[in-house]
Amino acid sequence: MPSTAPTAQSPTAERVGGSSLADVTASDSTLRRFLHGLPGVDAVGLEARAASLGTRSIKAASKAYAIDLAISMVDLTTLEGADTPGKVRALGAKAVHPDPTDRTAPTTAAVCVYPDMVAVAKEAVAGSGVKVASVATAFPAGRAALDVKLADVRDAVAAGADEIDMVIDRGAFLAGRYLKVYDEIVAVKQVCGTDARLKVIFETGELSTYDNIRRASWLGMLAGADFIKTSTGKVAVNATPANTLLMLEAVRDFRAQTGVQVGVKPAGGIRTSKDAVKFLVLVNETAGEDWLDNHWFRFGASSLLNDLLMQRQKLATGRYSGPDYVTVD
Amino acid sequence: MTIEKRSAAFEYAPAPESRSVVDIAPSYGLFIDGEFVEAADGKVFKSISPATEEVLSEVARAGAEDVDRAVRAARAAFGKWSALPGSERAKYLFRIARIIQERSRELAVLETLDNGKPIRETRDADLPLVAAHFFYYAGWADKLEHAGFGAAPQPLGVAGQVIPWNFPLLMLAWKIAPALATGNTVVLKPAETTPLSALFFADICRQAGLPKGVVNILPGYGDAGAALVAHPDVNKVAFTGSTAVGKEIARTVAGTRKKLTLELGGKGANIVFDDAPLDQAVEGIVNGIFFNQGQVCCAGSRLLVQESVQDELLDSLKRRLSTLRLGDPLDKNTDIGAINSAEQLARITTLTEQGEAEGATRWSPACELPSAGYWFAPTLFTNVTQAHTVARDEIFGPVLSVLTFRTPDEAVAKANNTQYGLSAGIWSEKGSRILAVAGKLRAGVVWSNTFNKFDPASPFGGYKESGFGREGGRHGLEAYLDV
Repeated sequence: MPSTAPTAQSPTAERVGGSSLADVTASDSTLRRFLHGLPGVDAVGLEARAASLGTRSIKAASKAYAIDLAISMVDLTTLEGADTPGKVRALGAKAVHPDPTDRTAPTTAAVCVYPDMVAVAKEAVAGSGVKVASVATAFPAGRAALDVKLADVRDAVAAGADEIDMVIDRGAFLAGRYLKVYDEIVAVKQVCGTDARLKVIFETGELSTYDNIRRASWLGMLAGADFIKTSTGKVAVNATPANTLLMLEAVRDFRAQTGVQVGVKPAGGIRTSKDAVKFLVLVNETAGEDWLDNHWFRFGASSLLNDLLMQRQKLATGRYSGPDYVTVD
Repeated sequence: MTIEKRSAAFEYAPAPESRSVVDIAPSYGLFIDGEFVEAADGKVFKSISPATEEVLSEVARAGAEDVDRAVRAARAAFGKWSALPGSERAKYLFRIARIIQERSRELAVLETLDNGKPIRETRDADLPLVAAHFFYYAGWADKLEHAGFGAAPQPLGVAGQVIPWNFPLLMLAWKIAPALATGNTVVLKPAETTPLSALFFADICRQAGLPKGVVNILPGYGDAGAALVAHPDVNKVAFTGSTAVGKEIARTVAGTRKKLTLELGGKGANIVFDDAPLDQAVEGIVNGIFFNQGQVCCAGSRLLVQESVQDELLDSLKRRLSTLRLGDPLDKNTDIGAINSAEQLARITTLTEQGEAEGATRWSPACELPSAGYWFAPTLFTNVTQAHTVARDEIFGPVLSVLTFRTPDEAVAKANNTQYGLSAGIWSEKGSRILAVAGKLRAGVVWSNTFNKFDPASPFGGYKESGFGREGGRHGLEAYLDV
C-alpha cells in the first residue's frame, strides 16, 4: 500500500479548539472541560444516519474495488490463549496470499497477535509488506499497573511489532479521570517511538454512551494516537456502523482543527462483505477519500476475510464457491 | 499485490431500480363509479417524467361535467357505505393497506417516474407511510364512538379532495384513508403533473373489491379542482397545495355549509442552538430542506443558527452538501432528484435570482446537472436578513436561507416572523430549552433534534397562512365527522 504515507505522525496537535494543547491537558479539570465542551451526540440521529448510509447500493466495478480495498484493510487476527507458533505462521501465510487459488488477491494490511507471537509473525510475513500488529498493555482488560503495560509494549516493539494496539483504562475513563487515561496513552506512545504506530482501543461497548465515545476519541487523538479503534472484540458489543461513523466524524474534525490525520479501526463483529462495504461507504461519505486506504482505515476481523474472498471468487467466476474454497486459517 | 488508490472518490456504479416492475398503460381514463371512463369532452393531457421529459402516458382530463358525474356516483354510494358497520369498512381499508404493501415496489418506481423524486425516498419514506396511514385509519373505523367526538359521530357525505404533486400517493392516503374510515365517499383530483399513482390506486380499490362510487379519481387541471370545490353536492372540501389557491377555495366555500380543511404553504424555521448535536443537526438540516428537492410544504427552509456556532455549522453543512448525489431518480444512490415541472423550476430560478439581486450570498456545491429534464442544484443563501424575499417567500425547491440569532428570544421572534406557520425545528441538547422554545413557536409541528418525521398517529396542520384543520391522528378524524 502507499509507501509514500508517513510511518509516524509529525508532531501531534499543538492547538485544539482555540487553546494550546498544554492548556487543555494541564489538569483533570481543564481536560474535562474541553472534552465535555465537544458537541453532543444525538443517538437517534447518529444511528439513523448510519442506517441510511447502509442503503447505498454498491455494484459491479465499485463492488469489486470495495472488496479488494476491504481485503487490503484487514488486520488478520488471532488472539486466543491457545495460539501456537504454527497457527501464527499459518495466519501469516494467509495474510501474504489470502487466496491460494488466485494470486491477484491483495495482501491484508497486518496480522495481529499477542506480544509473545510477534517474532514468529514477523518471520512469517517477512518481505511481503504485511505489518505485524500486537495487542499490548494488558489486553483485553487493561487492568494492570502502568509499568506492566509499558513492559508489555516494550517487549512487543523489541520483537519487531510495527503497530501496537493498546486498550485504555475504561475504569479510569468512566470515573472521569481523563488525565490518567491521557498520561497512559502518552507514555505508551513514547515507548512506541517512531518504530510502531499506536492504535488506541476504547472498548466502546463498555463506554456505553456516544458522548463518551466522542470524548474518548478526542482524548486518544490529543494524546497522540495514530489510530483510534472501537473495541477488543472480546465483549458483547463491538464495532457498529454508528460508533464507527462517530469516530470517523472525530478524526475528520480533528484533522480540520489540527492538521493531524488519525486512522480508524472498527473491530469485532464485522463478518460479511456486505457489512465491510457499508463501513467503506461510511468512510467515503464521512471522513472522505483521504481515509480510503489501509494506512488510515482497518478492519479488525478474523472471519471477515473469508467472506470477502468468497465474494471475490464469485465476482471472478460468476459462481459462489463455498467455504471449502478458502482456507480455514 | 497492492491496490492503486483511486484519484477520484470511491465511485458508486449506477444502481438503477428496474422499470420493468411497473406496467404503465399508454392511456388512462377517469375513475368514476368503479370504471375507467373517458372525459365527457374527450380531452386528454400527457404526464411526463420530469427527470427525462419522456411522455409516460396520456390521461383523460376531467371537466365540470365529469366532476358532476363523479360527485353523483359518490353520492349514490354514500348511503350504503356510511351504513356499513365500522368493522366492515375497516376490512376494506386493511385490504387496501395490504395491497399497497404488496405492490409497494411497483408504486415506488411509478411515483419516482412520474414525480422525479429519488427512489430511495419513494421506497423508504413515501410507500411505508402510505400503507401506514391506511392501516392506522382502518384501526379507527370501528372505534369512532370512542374518538372523543360524541357518542355516534356521523360522516359528512361526499368529500371533494384536491391534492398536490409533491407527495402524490402520500397526500392521497392522508385524504382518502380518514374519509373512508369515517364513512364518507370521495372524489379526488390529483395534480396535473402527477396523476398516475392515483390511477394505480383506483386499480387497487377495484382489487380490494371496494364498492363502486366510494372512491372516484379525476385527473385534471385547476378548472376541475375549482368545479369540484364549487359543486353544490359536495359536503366537505380538503385541499393541500399553494396558499394562493387555498385562499381562492376559502372564498368559494365561504357562506356554504361545506366543511373545509386547508394545508397550504410554509417557510419552516430550523433553529440550531450552540449546544446542539451539530453532526446530527447537519443531517436534520439536509433532511429538512433537501428531502424531495425541498418541494415540501413543511420544509425547514429557513435555518436560524446561533451566531457562536455559525461558521462551524456552515462549514459542516457545505461539506455535507458536497456529498449529495444528484441525478437519475431511479438510481438507488441518488439523493436529489428532478424538480417536478418546468414551471416549478422557473419559479425556483426566479426567486433565487431575486435572492442574489437583493444581496444574499449564494452557494452551491460543484454539481453537474443532467441535460434533459428539470434540475436545480442544492443551494444555500447566507447573509440573509428577514427583509429578503428568500427569507419570506416559499420557494418550494432545494434552497436554504441561513439567518443568525444571538438569544433564544431573538430566535423565537425571527422564527415566528412569517406569514406561515406549518413546521419548525429545534436543535439543542438541553431539554428545558427545547420545551421552552417549542411552546413559543407558532407552528403546527415542532420537531426537536429531528426534522421531517411523519407518523399517521401524529396530527399535522398549520397556523396562519399555512391553513387550518389537522390531518393524521385522532384529530384527523374530526375533519370528516359531523361534530
